[in-house]
Amino acid sequence: MGLKPTPYGTAIPFEEKELKFVGKNPTERPDAIEKVTGRARYAADYSLPGQLFGKVLRSPHAHANILSIDTSAAEALPGVKAVVTMDDFPDLEVEIAAAGELMVNFRDVTRNVMAREKVLYDGHPLAAVAATSNAIAKRALKLIKVEYEVLPHVIDVVEAMQPDAPILHEDQFTKGVDPKPEKPSNIATRIESKLGNSEEGFKKADVIIERHFNTKAAHQGYIEPHACVANYTEGGYAEVWTSTQGHFVFRSQIAKILKMDLAKITVTPAELGGGFGGKNTVYLEPLAIVLSKKSRHPVKMVMTRDEVFRATGPTSGTNTKVKIGATKDGKITGAQAELNYQSGAFAGSSLSMAAVTVFTRYDIENILVIGHDVTCNRPKVAAYRAPGAPMIAFGVESVIDELAEKLEIDPIEFRLTNAAKEGTQTHFGPKLGPIGFVETLEAAKASEHMKMPLGPNQGRGIATGFWFTIGNETSSTLNIAEDGTASFVYGTVDVAGGSRAVFTQIVAEELGIPLESIRVVQSNTTSLGFNFTTAGSRGTAAGSMAAVKASRDAVARMCDIAAKIWDVDIDEVAWEDGHARPAGANVGDFDPLSVADLAKKAAYYGGTIAGHAELNVVGGGPGFGTHIIDVEVDKGTGAVKVLRYSVIQDAGKAVFPDYVKAQFHGGAVQGIGMALNEEYIYDENGIMENPGFLDYRMPVASDVPNIDTIIVEVPNPNHPYGVRGIGEVPIIPPLAAIANAIHDATGIRLQDHPMSPPKVLKAMSEL
Amino acid sequence: MSKHHITTTINGDEVDFLCETSQTLLDVLRDELHLTGTKEGCATGDCGACSVSLDGVLVCSCLVLGVETGGKKIETIEGMADGDELHPLQRKFVEHVALQCGICTPGLLVAARSLLAKNPDPTEEEVRFGLAGNLCRCTGYQNIVNAVLDAAAEMRGA
Ligand code: FES
Ligand code: FES
Repeated sequence: MGLKPTPYGTAIPFEEKELKFVGKNPTERPDAIEKVTGRARYAADYSLPGQLFGKVLRSPHAHANILSIDTSAAEALPGVKAVVTMDDFPDLEVEIAAAGELMVNFRDVTRNVMAREKVLYDGHPLAAVAATSNAIAKRALKLIKVEYEVLPHVIDVVEAMQPDAPILHEDQFTKGVDPKPEKPSNIATRIESKLGNSEEGFKKADVIIERHFNTKAAHQGYIEPHACVANYTEGGYAEVWTSTQGHFVFRSQIAKILKMDLAKITVTPAELGGGFGGKNTVYLEPLAIVLSKKSRHPVKMVMTRDEVFRATGPTSGTNTKVKIGATKDGKITGAQAELNYQSGAFAGSSLSMAAVTVFTRYDIENILVIGHDVTCNRPKVAAYRAPGAPMIAFGVESVIDELAEKLEIDPIEFRLTNAAKEGTQTHFGPKLGPIGFVETLEAAKASEHMKMPLGPNQGRGIATGFWFTIGNETSSTLNIAEDGTASFVYGTVDVAGGSRAVFTQIVAEELGIPLESIRVVQSNTTSLGFNFTTAGSRGTAAGSMAAVKASRDAVARMCDIAAKIWDVDIDEVAWEDGHARPAGANVGDFDPLSVADLAKKAAYYGGTIAGHAELNVVGGGPGFGTHIIDVEVDKGTGAVKVLRYSVIQDAGKAVFPDYVKAQFHGGAVQGIGMALNEEYIYDENGIMENPGFLDYRMPVASDVPNIDTIIVEVPNPNHPYGVRGIGEVPIIPPLAAIANAIHDATGIRLQDHPMSPPKVLKAMSEL
Repeated sequence: MSKHHITTTINGDEVDFLCETSQTLLDVLRDELHLTGTKEGCATGDCGACSVSLDGVLVCSCLVLGVETGGKKIETIEGMADGDELHPLQRKFVEHVALQCGICTPGLLVAARSLLAKNPDPTEEEVRFGLAGNLCRCTGYQNIVNAVLDAAAEMRGA
């Protein structure tokens, strides 16, 4: 994780109980009406009086030294109120911090926000302008003169690893090798993790398969471009409204980059128009604040789609090797993987997380995983839904399928023989707790989908996925108003409208009051204590733990008021069905007191009723899933059509089942897009050739079938309702499942992603 | 550079605005008239987030210039509900969990309304092809398609 485990964390144990709200679909989601009427406010919808419009000048080169920047002509243009470059930002020392599932180094973050010595990718920012209109700001950008010394560049991960490759950072020496290398390298880090002895394991195998795989970078593809409005005010305060998955983490990053005190910055998360991991780090916000400070006006900045593609996200492009050996009866005896992951212009891809997911679905005694984090002249990689996992699952699940075929064992049976269970030793440290992987495989085996007949040129593929649920700092407050209605203030950004509904259900369940009496409100950074960013499938899992804690706190306070009113001991008051009641017949004959009754009297009996949670949540339950895909391959064109699709996943407990299914749909379709179409394409100068939705082709409604879903529920013992994170697992299996289905239909095995028609045709012609 | 004075009808109300020649209808709606329900996802006609209807025809407002809209009738998401009464499509989107982040939702609703105006009884496939100009990255489309089919049935009185 990169995040330090704490012995002081909080996990509230699972309790089996009758449920009134949890597990039942609420009729109305708190965010839904605003969204269907166009009233929901996203970052680009905010405006402040007197605001200016900010635009960014971006590098047209993949790699170049910046010799000089002359902004004088831009500054002289009427309507231009401020221009900033690297000179307006302090340089920062190396300092590593967590930002979502990836770690960031502030020395790099400041350079990514505004280039210093050199530009490292097409789209790298090197100046920004604030003007009275967008049109004037754009004109001003053209007047900024930059002198570059163009340097050789490197785009491909394998080329970047070669000793003679152009080097991005002269001060980067590969970490994790002993002795420290003498020459700088694009390999930022080498990692290794092992269990048992993989070579010995291979000696016991009857069949060993080794394959190499390549995947291209893909973008998160959120429809809302990054946007913010910033206002720097007298006294050195900054307010920012922005598109973020984690306003507290943004505040920390802004404070570091601008050397400001945290308490002087207020970040308000706007409604988020999609993030998927790509909105865990700042891009525009520090620029907008400095432009606001310089111009003494609020400044609004909105990226174009071209900027989103060229300078934010994407996921790592990868080169991997997978080798697995098994006995005749289908037991895996040894496994190795090598993961070479692009990190983009600065070190720090999702490698470390991907590396621990490689074989974690299987109980294997002998494992070796080696990984390299590799810089190259591309935008800095950002997290994307189970960051790094789909690419290595493509390799592992393809090789598993090939092994099963060679051993003439059914692919689900082969996985069942080797499936991880409670107590399985992982290769990265802990043993697994209670998990639902076997249950997903069994449910897949028994599904209607497996009984559907296949026609000519059609094939069926299976693949599986695993991802963590992280916990971390989570704060919330539950305020009971004088009339007994409740407002729940949370700080884990609701990235897609599901967690808000879940928090309402949980508070209703705990307090015993109707959903209509509860209002959920997303905090800014001043109204709650620190909340970690919504990443690692933690939003609902950790956020609902804080909702339980805050609710129980408020209930304790209400029992205390009842005890005072009745003049009994607090232990003699019980909370049931939204009322304080005497705990037993001998306590006395008192009428139950409702939340409204207690709220009315609270002031006299000690003050307002509120509950708090300030937790570091631990014990997130890992999630496992199995996907079944049917495809049809057009032998003439090589086009692959997905005919049928089933997602089977352990949710621990589905609090809002229809929404859980909706997450499964969304993840699966992102996976289909990644598998069949989506890729970053660069020309020979290292310039991105497809920075738009026309050429970076994401799935549309007519590209995909209905997605069937089966929710498995094996409760997480460390969550009061048994919840596991569910958002990320569904994007992991599709690549491999589609590759396996294409094999079943045609006999070809594809190891190069995306599996586009030309590649399918070529492979078929080579059969 | 002098601005153009344009008079249009938006969601039934007569509206005047000033715009530069280069401003798109999307820019005018969002930046000049503060009708921010219409979204920008790409500004190149590829995502459908900016869908509005112009004299009854579904268009990407990022591909229409503000100056072209004089005397025309524009309908945006803000005019879809009838006061407190949601349009059946809006209600069905909520019921079917057809939205997650919601950034694509206004465009999809406007596009779906235009689809049902032309074809009140579409098949699933016709809905999928009819909405193929609108990108959604969150939902995988299934609940959207179901919501549209369900709304169509209700609107036909079926
Ligand atoms: S913003 Fe108009 S189609 Fe994307
Ligand atoms: S709901 Fe997020 S893009 Fe459609």
